[in-house]
Amino acid sequence: MSDYKIEIKNLYKIFGPNDKSMVDLVANGMSKQELLDQHKHVLGLRDVNIGISANSINVIMGLSGSGKSTLIRHINRLIEPTVGEIIVDGDDVLAMNPERIRDFRRFGASMVFQKFGLMPHRTVLENCMYGLNIQGVETGDAEKRAKHWLNRVGLSGFEDRFPAQLSGGMQQRVGLARALATDADILLMDEAFSALDPLIRADMQGILLDLQSELHKTIVFITHDLDEALRIGDDIAILRDGELIQKGNPQSIVLKPADDYVADFTKDVNRARVLTLNTLSHGSGKKKGLPLNSDLSIEEAMQEMIVSDHNLVTVMKEGKSIGQVSLNDMVAAIAKPKTTESGEANAYR
Amino acid sequence: MSFFTKFPAMERGDLRDLKKGIDSSFKDFSRYWGESIETFFDPLFYFLVNFEKLLLATPWPIIILIVAALSYIGSRSWKLSLGAAVSFLLIGYLGMWENTMSTVALISVATIICIAVGIPIGIAMSKSDRLQAMITPVLDIMQTIPIFVYLLPVVMLLGIGKVPGLIAVCVYAMPPIVRLTNLGLRLVDKEILEAADAFGSNYRQRLFSVQLPLALPNIFAGVNQTIMMALAMVVIASMIGVKGLGVPVLQSIQNQYLALGLMNGLAIVALAIIFDRVSQQYGKRLQRHREGGHDV
Repeated sequence: MSDYKIEIKNLYKIFGPNDKSMVDLVANGMSKQELLDQHKHVLGLRDVNIGISANSINVIMGLSGSGKSTLIRHINRLIEPTVGEIIVDGDDVLAMNPERIRDFRRFGASMVFQKFGLMPHRTVLENCMYGLNIQGVETGDAEKRAKHWLNRVGLSGFEDRFPAQLSGGMQQRVGLARALATDADILLMDEAFSALDPLIRADMQGILLDLQSELHKTIVFITHDLDEALRIGDDIAILRDGELIQKGNPQSIVLKPADDYVADFTKDVNRARVLTLNTLSHGSGKKKGLPLNSDLSIEEAMQEMIVSDHNLVTVMKEGKSIGQVSLNDMVAAIAKPKTTESGEANAYR
Repeated sequence: MSFFTKFPAMERGDLRDLKKGIDSSFKDFSRYWGESIETFFDPLFYFLVNFEKLLLATPWPIIILIVAALSYIGSRSWKLSLGAAVSFLLIGYLGMWENTMSTVALISVATIICIAVGIPIGIAMSKSDRLQAMITPVLDIMQTIPIFVYLLPVVMLLGIGKVPGLIAVCVYAMPPIVRLTNLGLRLVDKEILEAADAFGSNYRQRLFSVQLPLALPNIFAGVNQTIMMALAMVVIASMIGVKGLGVPVLQSIQNQYLALGLMNGLAIVALAIIFDRVSQQYGKRLQRHREGGHDV
């Protein structure tokens, strides 16, 4: 078995009546536009290979039309692939029969939707119990578990309301509680927070991070918002026109964009919040500076430095100093790289 | 030139033979199968007869209580419930009690049959575009073909009486419930269906826990329409020997009895209004969850 919880291998998705016969054309480099013009087929995904590590938040990012929502729907097979493999815990989801697929959806992977997907005729509690009803959990037990999760997302007391009586943020908390209630290892979140306004979105991101620090689920999170991706993602994959362009941790995405498309994405990012002392650390660490943990972001480090009136940091990792970072280093790292000199940012690796 | 001035119609003799052929083959068909088709509908006949007997055997105050109670359960409105009770009292006082009970029995049985047959057809239609394309024209025919045209073969097959009347009513009244079940199921939000799928629902779970409840307001509008159309058929059904409020109306047309026609006609209207308001109010209550607001 591989190190990954979910492994997507050579996945192609082409929309149209003769999708299978188009795979070779696409594999030989035909573009999305050419395929549409010449064969009236729409390219959804092109040769996607992604490994998704267990117990972490894996963000898949891209603009609309990049195939990210298509990709996440392949994992629980709400969309049938054209060709490819998706291995979850050693089993190929795409080879499962309908019976096993249903079992996988019931017990293996639950989902949170952009427009919430709540059932308007069911109360909040009944919505939260939906997955458990489908699993066949006995009603009393299901109610107890659903209430527990509603409580965890801060919705105690709203059990008997209908979704239409709640605000968007609250509705999505119901969606989250419903997904968590099934106890599935995998949580698929399709632009889960995109329909919410910025403050509520930040709030929900906080709730998700809190829950994750304790639950350690394997989360696949789709978003078009880089700030969101950088805040919650342990790993980020970037899609464009159905192709995987870059995959890595948030810092490597910001520091080493694979191409102009990614660089474009990252140019407005608050770098001080993404970059950590660890990435900037250099030298021997013998000089005496303010000792700070290597996990701190530059933003946090600068606040500490201002408060304690230092301009040099000694970077500490597991009690040992591993290097130092000066205030100048930090300023240089935060300053937006000119697009022509993208090599400058790479100097810090 | 006669080609242009006179339509090139079929030879008169050929046309006559064609019509005769159709007539005689249908007669043969009905002679051969009539008996067994009649036996097939026997349970329906007994159900209708016994239901009618039950209504007539029940003391009138109990019927009025039941009417008032059902109206209240359906509409949660005392006014409507009281209005229904008063209408029934007035109908009885004016000597139309027995005919009204016959009509209520016919309408109830027809509605039950339409629901029992129509909703499954609507569900099947919503699943398959091809089936929808096949059934829709049949429904169009059922609704638009002049009633007497299909009354005739029904009478030829089954004779005159309650069952052919019931079938005629059902043919006319069933399309709305089929159409609106199909429409309601197709209008259910795709996102919600996707959510149901994503949690591993099988077809039955999806249908009963998500699709049907969400389509219920539409299905209910269909039931309401079916009842209204069944009531509209009461007079025509009386032409082929169905007892009820239609019989005196028919008599009054033939003999110019103005008062008789008016009273029985208004009794039908009263039934229609009661059925309609109660079922509409009930349908509205099914949609309570659609109301927003935090203070509910």
